[in-house]
Amino acid sequence: MVKTEIKLKGLTLKNPVMTASGTFGYGEEYADFVDLSELGGIIVKGTTLHHREGNPYPRMAETPMGMLNCVGLQNKGVDYFIETIYPRIRNFETNVLVNVSGSNIDDYVTAAAKIDALEDIPAIELNVSCPNVKQGGMAFGVTCSGIEQVVKAVREVYHKHLMVKLSPNVTNIAEIALAAEAAGADSVSLINTLLGMAIDAETRKPVLSMVTGGLSGACVKPVALRMVWQVSKAVKIPVIGLGGISSATDAIEFMLAGASAIQIGTANFIDPAISAKVAKGIVEYCERQGVEDVNELIGGMII
Amino acid sequence: MKKLIDFQLVDKQSFQRAALLRLRCDEPLPEIRGGQFANVRVDGCDKAYLRRPISIHDVDYQSNTLDLLIQEKHEGTKKLCALPVGAKVNVVLPLGNGFTTPEKDDNILLVGGGIGIAPLLYFAKKCNYLQNINFLLGGRTQGDLMLLERFRNEGDVFITTNDGSMGEEGFVTDHSLWKTMKINKIYACGPMPMMKAVAKKAREMGIWCEVSLENQMACGIGACLCCVENTKEGNVCVCKEGPVFNIERLLW
Repeated sequence: MVKTEIKLKGLTLKNPVMTASGTFGYGEEYADFVDLSELGGIIVKGTTLHHREGNPYPRMAETPMGMLNCVGLQNKGVDYFIETIYPRIRNFETNVLVNVSGSNIDDYVTAAAKIDALEDIPAIELNVSCPNVKQGGMAFGVTCSGIEQVVKAVREVYHKHLMVKLSPNVTNIAEIALAAEAAGADSVSLINTLLGMAIDAETRKPVLSMVTGGLSGACVKPVALRMVWQVSKAVKIPVIGLGGISSATDAIEFMLAGASAIQIGTANFIDPAISAKVAKGIVEYCERQGVEDVNELIGGMII
Repeated sequence: MKKLIDFQLVDKQSFQRAALLRLRCDEPLPEIRGGQFANVRVDGCDKAYLRRPISIHDVDYQSNTLDLLIQEKHEGTKKLCALPVGAKVNVVLPLGNGFTTPEKDDNILLVGGGIGIAPLLYFAKKCNYLQNINFLLGGRTQGDLMLLERFRNEGDVFITTNDGSMGEEGFVTDHSLWKTMKINKIYACGPMPMMKAVAKKAREMGIWCEVSLENQMACGIGACLCCVENTKEGNVCVCKEGPVFNIERLLW
């Protein structure tokens, strides 16, 4: 039997596979396709202090082996989550993490404090990297001082595992990760989407309502893998890898690059059962390679 | 319950810019409502990373077969239309809400434009307890109106074409039946300008009306929030809360 458990500070994953925020709804949407208990965790849709309508349609553009989105954190706010959604999902036999976002530091802090009080949410993923909102979001995640400010403030009110999701739209992601670590992050997850855009040549108009959007899907994998490698060399806290992971082999590559766990995002749209398949595939790889514990894979790239 | 099923393409009929695919699988099909859709994976096409949402045209539970009528629009649907018989087709279904079931004494009109005729056949079959079903089908030209025999088997078919090559000339909203026919429910699927015109007509005549939207989707199951329609209740997912909406919920 291959050991698959991953222990992070205050957060134990039964295996390294989680689902990425914004691609898996609240888990319920996928329950017909995936036995959620076979996952290490699910990270629910980005949640803000107040209700957000998100950006106008169109919010999506397909690209070669990927897609752009500018959804803009549409959600009904943290109180609605706590009252209506949390009771439905709190007893899932997996870790349920909440992705927390905000327009200013006070909003982040208030929302995080409210989630802190939820017994069955063992961790939050602090979203300082959403490229699709005008205020806050990525603005905090692209400078060391910005990320320090927000992580420090949330750290004071949030007492469980604090994961910070990093933006790839920076000059040196390792420096940003170090700043998050210094401010009290328990782990960093990366990458959020890469800022991109699409134009319809016939109409000469942008495809997305916001002109720009975040690129995700298989096409971003090499960039994500490189950044996970750079960050994992720089920080001592665990790194959670995501960005284009579509198979168990992809997931293993991220672990070899230094990720302690991984998230599956856009691939859920193409195969709604992919997350559980990846979890199984990691075990099969370990059996084939004679690996007894998936932890042995972390940072195991041979140069 | 939604399912992820590997089908085999067992039969195919090609049209000018469309194809009727008959898909068969080994397992029993889940219960499907009229107006629901399937999300079809496109294999081997660089330009179609995401699934293609396709209306369910017909279902046969006895033989586990599903008919999809697909218009060649861009690379992804072209690839699907070009699939050879015997090909494997991976499908997520059934998705969306479907049309509201009519009451026994309703007089319904099913309005389809272009490829929007696709979901109306199966929906009509599900309404076979009604005295009569009327289809009003519109196309730019005769060649756009496919599989008319199938529709004639389920009800009375009225036709318009923009060029007058078949039926009455003009748009579906120009047809003479609007002046005479007594109907109390309209179900419409087609291009946005057509559905907006039908909705306007329905409002003017005070007739209950549902339309099936085709906003661009990514996940198809209400997770990504890409396909939203701005309604009176704000942004809602067309894939999950739609694709069928009563026009009273919409802002148009």
